[in-house]
Amino acid sequence: MSEYLYVGKSIPRTAEVDKVTGRAIYINDLKRPGMLYGKIKYSEYAHARIKHIDTSKAKKLPGVRAVLTGCDIPDVRVGFLKDQTVLKRDKVRQFRDEVAAVAAISPEIAQEACDLIEVEYEELPGVFDPFEAMKEDAPLIHEVDARGRPVSSNILPLPWRFSAGDIEAGRAASAHVVTDTVRTTWVNQCCMGTSGCIAEFDMNNNLTLYNQANVIFWDKRRIMEYFAQIGLKNSKVRIINPVVGGSFGTKLDTDIYEFIAIQLALKTRRPVKILFTREEEFRALPPRQPAVFEIEQGCDKEGHLTFRNVKAVLDNGAYTSWGATTPSVMMMPISSLYRVPNVFFEAKCVYTNNIYCQAMRGYGNPQATFAVEVSMDHLAEEAGIDPAELRLINCNHSGDETPMRLKITSCGLEECIRGVKEKLDWDKKRGKHKGRGVGMASLIHVAGGARVYKSDGHGMMIKVDEHGHVDVMSGGTDQGQGSPTVLAQIIAEALGFRPDDITLTFGDTALGLWDAGTHASRHTFIAGNAALRACEKVKRQILELAVEEIPKLVKHQIKRKKRKDPDFKEPDLDFSLIANPEDLDIKDRIIFCKKDPENPYFRTEVSNVLREALHVGTGQSRVVAAEAFYDPPTEMLDREFKGNLSCTYAFGTTGVEVEVDKKTGEVKILQLYAAHDVGKAINPTLIKGQIYGAGYIGVGYGLTEEMKLEKGKVMNPNFLDYKMLTAKDKIPVTPMIIETDEKDGPFGAKGIGEPGLVPTAPAIANAVYDAVGVWIKDLPITPEKVLQALKEKREKEK
Amino acid sequence: MEKITVSFILNGDEVTAEVPPSWSLLKTLREYFELTGPKEGCGVGECGACTVVIDGKAVNSCIYPVAEVEGKSVLTVEGLAGTDGTLHPLQRAFIENNGVQCGFCTSGMLMSAKALLDENPEPTEDEIRTSLAGNLCRCTGYVQIVESVQKAVKMMKEKS
Ligand code: FES
Ligand code: FES
Repeated sequence: MSEYLYVGKSIPRTAEVDKVTGRAIYINDLKRPGMLYGKIKYSEYAHARIKHIDTSKAKKLPGVRAVLTGCDIPDVRVGFLKDQTVLKRDKVRQFRDEVAAVAAISPEIAQEACDLIEVEYEELPGVFDPFEAMKEDAPLIHEVDARGRPVSSNILPLPWRFSAGDIEAGRAASAHVVTDTVRTTWVNQCCMGTSGCIAEFDMNNNLTLYNQANVIFWDKRRIMEYFAQIGLKNSKVRIINPVVGGSFGTKLDTDIYEFIAIQLALKTRRPVKILFTREEEFRALPPRQPAVFEIEQGCDKEGHLTFRNVKAVLDNGAYTSWGATTPSVMMMPISSLYRVPNVFFEAKCVYTNNIYCQAMRGYGNPQATFAVEVSMDHLAEEAGIDPAELRLINCNHSGDETPMRLKITSCGLEECIRGVKEKLDWDKKRGKHKGRGVGMASLIHVAGGARVYKSDGHGMMIKVDEHGHVDVMSGGTDQGQGSPTVLAQIIAEALGFRPDDITLTFGDTALGLWDAGTHASRHTFIAGNAALRACEKVKRQILELAVEEIPKLVKHQIKRKKRKDPDFKEPDLDFSLIANPEDLDIKDRIIFCKKDPENPYFRTEVSNVLREALHVGTGQSRVVAAEAFYDPPTEMLDREFKGNLSCTYAFGTTGVEVEVDKKTGEVKILQLYAAHDVGKAINPTLIKGQIYGAGYIGVGYGLTEEMKLEKGKVMNPNFLDYKMLTAKDKIPVTPMIIETDEKDGPFGAKGIGEPGLVPTAPAIANAVYDAVGVWIKDLPITPEKVLQALKEKREKEK
Repeated sequence: MEKITVSFILNGDEVTAEVPPSWSLLKTLREYFELTGPKEGCGVGECGACTVVIDGKAVNSCIYPVAEVEGKSVLTVEGLAGTDGTLHPLQRAFIENNGVQCGFCTSGMLMSAKALLDENPEPTEDEIRTSLAGNLCRCTGYVQIVESVQKAVKMMKEKS
């Protein structure tokens, strides 16, 4: 392999210097001339009929410019299953339901006006547990579906059912079988930058929406669909991202507040900004999808997995967003983490009067991996096999095709398991049950795009100007993951420029070509591949110009030298050496002759050539620009949910050592090793940043974080009661980067955005079991649950 | 609307603000002075995104009544770099060591770290973690932030 100049180096994030000087402009900071502030009036009940809304007092408040209720705007359905309206007219189904909205000259006045709106409700019986909601006599959350047809059940009409092989045959071949019930709960994405947008119409009714979407082209499409329904057929939409203060899944769907801002802006003909408070962030933003799993798994005498049978129930909440599609990702670990021949998985999403759910880093993978990996340890114990050994026996390998038809290309899972095992001193530490214990869990995740839409493409445009500046328009978005640096490294390497020469623009539907979104850990892989292809074209153009211009430049140079020094002896140059673009290359912005790299006459800055090509005279002038659209050679899942939806897959193993205080139930993490097959680390420091960050959220998922809901109401909508880890909670995370050089990845790279989070919680659960002999299969693993389990264990042993 | 007049030193300059008495210092900085470096992550003193340094102490400016700043000296992230644009070692270290991801917590982190280093130029890791405990970050897991502060300490030591 050749020596890279920039790929593989920990280049600092110099492009983002605005973030350390306070100059980066987030949605929170952005103002538009004449801008108004929007606020939302939410429901006071989890389930109720709206009898009457009185907005008269709110309208009279000085400074108020518009008050809207469901009756003031078109009754149009939005959302993934078109099961809600922007402002609710007849019924509320959750506490976050939007019943009215105000635009005013300040956020304070807008809020005051909201408080002055009087809503009369008739409370309806609610249902807050998906199992209750499935019962025949349960109150119906929705009486009719999107088309107005009556519905008879709270179970969503989604077909999450996966089957491969033969479960019965698997069971029959098993020497050991275990069954577990595993629960995961709501957690909040906790982006430090709160949600918000500014909607602004021009006089032609074209909309510019400043928002934080990470799927800007889908966002545009949803808004265009909405426009078509509300009569704005000729309006155009432009989405612009300001600097984004974290995303973690929250920016995948077009949220209701965006439609509200649009309606308020239409009504007032002024730009309208809606910015969430932290409390709204907890109460009115869709959190991670909770799930309950029944998992049954077996193995033969030698420990080979024989089958995996999983049934899941998901509390969908009152409406449907991406949370309801998390089973499509749950299928991945359930069918394909470790080799398992016979698999069945079925998931039911059920409407309740709880908050509805969305995506969060890892999508459904952390939930399902928790189930699979806790069950793996249980099975290991049942079979009397070391849990690490059981994982190695069933380890995925390069060349496998899984029951979901995922084609495993590069695979570093074995190395990850072995690496973590060694670092933890596994054999010595495991099985003591004396308050300290070790545990591990692994993961599989898409790492080469994810064809969840028909296009998984990414468009990139690159231009190089006569100053040697490289401007890159990516159709993707940047939410802090480091793409401005990583893509600059890839482009610099491929073009022969320096990272500093390259300026990336993200997040603007008017400037970028289509991109499926910065989700599914796909950006480095897909945008990187698009970049390589665009660079190839751009480089070709530069070298074609160089073939024409270098001889001219050389002649000028010689002429100049002769003028200065009449004795100057003209060098004997063989121009046939640079007669074709293939004869030339670029390194460090310098074009040179491959066969005679040191020849100073054949070496020139790219900018010289481009200047020469531009300033040539009538009709001759040329510039350098190219685009590339990369859509990976992957498959959509078919009707059976099978297909190779990603070019490659990420693997990893987290191993932890914990200490459990039997008196307090507290779990302390003594060591955490996170081994990840990253393909190739384009920027090791930035990759570690992803692993640390995801690992911390994973520990929070495992130990502390939970949105507490009581009859649909979020009871801990603040950072005092919702326990995010702080700098004081030191978790000794050690990233272990395993490189497998993925053949389809840009310079060998795979995606790494989400994986670090996925196996953390089950690794902790398994370590807690190893330490004190109790399995907490219900996240988070709080001290109360540990104490309770220890008590039950003692009583059982009596 | 009733307003009060408050005079104080802001990033080295003597300034006067005329704002409603109910305003917090954060609101005054962001709205009156248009310094949007300090962020509002919660508005109730629980996240540290709004941290500024007042007379040497790191303070959550979102819950700091503006009247109380009278006569005091306030440093925000905008005042951290030199007047000639030279970055403070903390800023450099955060960039070089990936102490920044989305950047929303960053100005608060920097100001908490600045207050710490002014008082204690060679803090231990524990001291750094304690002084950053009120600054939440969702992106980094704090590791590279703590390392950035340590790196800044080293840079400052080498310089002096
Ligand atoms: S905004 Fe001040 S502490 Fe959160
Ligand atoms: S860098 Fe995003 S919250 Fe800290």
